[in-house]
Amino acid sequence: MYAQMIKSEATQDDPEKLAAFQARIDAGEKIEPKDWMPAGYRKTLIRQIGQHAHSEIVGQLPEGNWITRAPTLERKAILLAKVQDEAGHGLYLYCAAETLGVSRDELTEMLLDGRMKYSSIFAYPTLTWADMGAVGWLVDGAAIMNQVPLQRTSYGPYARSMVRICKEESFHQRQGFDIMMKMANGTEAQKRMAQDALNRFWYPSLMMFGPSDKESVHSEQSMAWKIKMNSNDELRQKFVDQTVPQAEYLGLTIPDETLAWNDEKGGYDFAEPDWSEFFDVLKGNGPCSVERIEARQKAWDDGAWVREARLAHAAKKRAAKVAAE
Amino acid sequence: MKQEWPLWEVFIRGQHGLSHRHVGSLHAADAEHAIQNARDVYTRRKEGVSIWVVPAADITASSPDDKGSLYDPADDKVYRHPTFFDIPDDVGAM
Repeated sequence: MYAQMIKSEATQDDPEKLAAFQARIDAGEKIEPKDWMPAGYRKTLIRQIGQHAHSEIVGQLPEGNWITRAPTLERKAILLAKVQDEAGHGLYLYCAAETLGVSRDELTEMLLDGRMKYSSIFAYPTLTWADMGAVGWLVDGAAIMNQVPLQRTSYGPYARSMVRICKEESFHQRQGFDIMMKMANGTEAQKRMAQDALNRFWYPSLMMFGPSDKESVHSEQSMAWKIKMNSNDELRQKFVDQTVPQAEYLGLTIPDETLAWNDEKGGYDFAEPDWSEFFDVLKGNGPCSVERIEARQKAWDDGAWVREARLAHAAKKRAAKVAAE
Repeated sequence: MKQEWPLWEVFIRGQHGLSHRHVGSLHAADAEHAIQNARDVYTRRKEGVSIWVVPAADITASSPDDKGSLYDPADDKVYRHPTFFDIPDDVGAM
């Protein structure tokens, strides 16, 4: 998902406090910034919310790539609004992470120097306009699968930012599907582009949920803390079951010859993505990994004087006000 | 020396007649800047008719540890709620 392979931190706190904390979570109470929490809960959440925030911000890049080349003025305005929303989502999440005691600059620096990750999906290039359709339809669709249950996560600020994000996310997916419909019902060349976009984004979208976590100890801890609500496999299955009929509606073919309805489990059987590719991308070897971090680094460096100038201007205005009083 | 823009808490009045409600926070150099950013971050879909921004550092919050001394005294004052009193049906709406 937007937060993948989050290692939950072992915790060495007072067992009595831990039990009381777990009881609050089990009772469905929200944990708020000033409440006592295990050090591991705090650390895991910083990593998870931080990675989620970074994904929203880096996620602007593959789509930003097409703003100047959108086919109509309306499509351009819509895409611009969508990319602006992603910036907003990143900001809601950064603020949620900051309530745990990490600063915005620290978070940014951890992304830039590789200590924190962003979702593997954004390390893939967007080669044609149809990719804007596929990203909205598949990538935002997969994100919604994960984010809707996260609205009930145990950490209050995280849950509340998820509520805001989910409200806006559905526009994103629908605008993507709308592009796909237009392309799939267009000329032969447009149909080919739509199919090609689906072919390229299908497996990376399945990877978004992360590898099977049946055996993962970290998953178990995160689920007990209610900072992970469903298993990766569960969400992936849900995503496939929802998406296959939509592809059929578009008249496009999912690039998986093994895909078949399984009556017994009431869902589709489907092929796993190539997990070695996933791990490689997470390590920073995706097709656009270098480019993405370079773009973030450039924005950070180029913005330095603006950050400083704003502060200097505010200090000057404050001083003038004091002098006038 | 490195310094970050201070943190502001943002409150928005959703519609005329409602009170301002906390919606989240953001960083900005000063109040004017905070209002501009709040507009972009929190009202892209006409979510509000009025914005308040408050420096987060100026907010004093109660401590979770004081929960008992602050709220327990209300526990034995159920008579503050109208349902405490039984009014006969014959009296009519009250």
